[in-house]
Amino acid sequence: MNNRSLFIVKIVAFTLMLVAIVWAGTEFRNHRNFAEPVVLGEGVTTVKKLSDYYPGMKDSINDCNIYIFEGKEPGGTLMVIGGSHPEEPAANLTAELLVETAQVEVGRLIVAIRANRSASTVTRPGDAYPQYYTIPTAWGEKQYRMGDRWTNPLDSWPDPEVYVHYPSRQMLAYMDVRNFNRTWPGYPNGTLTERTNYAFMELIRKENVDVFIDLHEAELEYPVISTIVAHQKGTNVAAMTSMMLNATEFRIGMEYSPESLHGLSHREVGDHSQAVSYLLETPEPMLDRVRGVTDENLLLTGKDPFVQMAGRYGLLYEKIDENGWPIDVRVGRHASTVLELAQSWSDLNMTKPIKISNVPRYGEIIENGIGHYFANPASVPSTRLAYE
Amino acid sequence: MTLINTLINASYYVLSAIVSLILIRNIIKTRDAQEAVLYCIILMPFLLRVFHIK
Repeated sequence: MNNRSLFIVKIVAFTLMLVAIVWAGTEFRNHRNFAEPVVLGEGVTTVKKLSDYYPGMKDSINDCNIYIFEGKEPGGTLMVIGGSHPEEPAANLTAELLVETAQVEVGRLIVAIRANRSASTVTRPGDAYPQYYTIPTAWGEKQYRMGDRWTNPLDSWPDPEVYVHYPSRQMLAYMDVRNFNRTWPGYPNGTLTERTNYAFMELIRKENVDVFIDLHEAELEYPVISTIVAHQKGTNVAAMTSMMLNATEFRIGMEYSPESLHGLSHREVGDHSQAVSYLLETPEPMLDRVRGVTDENLLLTGKDPFVQMAGRYGLLYEKIDENGWPIDVRVGRHASTVLELAQSWSDLNMTKPIKISNVPRYGEIIENGIGHYFANPASVPSTRLAYE
Repeated sequence: MTLINTLINASYYVLSAIVSLILIRNIIKTRDAQEAVLYCIILMPFLLRVFHIK
C-alpha cells in the first residue's frame, strides 16, 4: 500500500472512531444527566436534600431529594426509600407514587425516590439492559432512567479485593462496596456508597424515624421473594401485615432478618437506630439469570418464555404463569404493603400512629395502571416540581 | 482506604491518557493499514474513560 492510500485509511478509520465515540458518548452522557420530573403532591410539605443531614454529601451525585409530609396531627414517623437498587423499578415507582398522591392525616411520612442516584446513572455492562423505560399515562409517556445494582464506577472506583464491612468487619464480595444494600449503616469517611448510607442513618436518627421501609425487587430464582424481611424489633407488625394482606389482597410472606448477615437495611437500620426496619421484595423476572431478551418489554410486562419454562419445571421460588409479573402488579404489591405496615404499626403502637390516605392500593393500581396516578409535569407550576 | 482509592483512581485516568497518546502515536507511525484500524478500535474505550463518560 502506498503512502497516500495508507494516509486515507488512517484518516477514515480515525474519523469513524471519533464518530463512534461522539455517538456512544452522547448516549451515555444523556442517560447520566437525564432528569426525571416529579410532581409534588398536595401532601408534600418540604423537600430537603440528603446533605441537609450530613454535609459530606453536599454537591455529590448522591445528594438526593428527601420529600417530607407533615401530618395534621402528631404521631409516628414512617420513612420509605426506593432506588436502593435502580434495576428494580417497582421500588422507585412506588416511592414516586407516594410523593405524588399521599396525604398524611396523622404522623409524618418521609420518602426518597432515588436513594442511590449514582447507581441509576449506569446500566449493567454486558447485560444489554435498556437505558430507559416509559410508563404510559393519560397525558403521554413518562420516561425513566434504567439503572444498575451498583454505584456507577465513574463515581466510586476501584473496588477492593475483598470488601470488609464497617463496623462488623464481615468480609463481603468486592463489588458490594458499591452496593447500597450491603453498606449500611455506612461510614462518614468511606466510599461514596458508604457515605450515602451514613447520611441516611443521620437522617433516620435526626428525624426520629420510627418505621423504615426499603423497597426492592427480586429474581424468581432467589428464595427471598414476595416477602417482608423484618428486623426482630418489628416482627409483630410484619406478621400482622402479612396475615392481613394474605386474607384480603395477595400472598406475601414474612421473614426474620438474619442477625449475622451484615450490611443490609433490614439488619443495620434496626441495629443502629431507634427505627424498626423492613425490606420488601416483589418478583421481577428481568433479574433472573435464565431470562431471554432483556428489553423494556420484559422490564414492564415481566413475561419471559425461559423464566416461564423454569416455572413450569418447578425451578423457581415464586409462581409465574402466562400473565408474567407486570409492573402494575409489582407496584401495587409494594403500595398495599407499605399502607398495611403503617396500619399494623398504628394498631400495635397506639401512642405513635401513622395514618396515610389517598394512596391507591393493589387492586386500583392493576385496574388503572401506575401511570394513571402520575400528574403531567407541564400542567403544574415549577414550584411544585422536583427532579430526580 | 478512601485516600488510596482516590490516588489509584487519579492514577488510572493518567494511565488511560498516556495509553491513549501512545495509541495515537502508533496510528500515526504504523506502516500497516490493519494495525492503524486496530489501534483506532482499541483507542475508543480509553478515550471514553479519559473523558469520564463510561
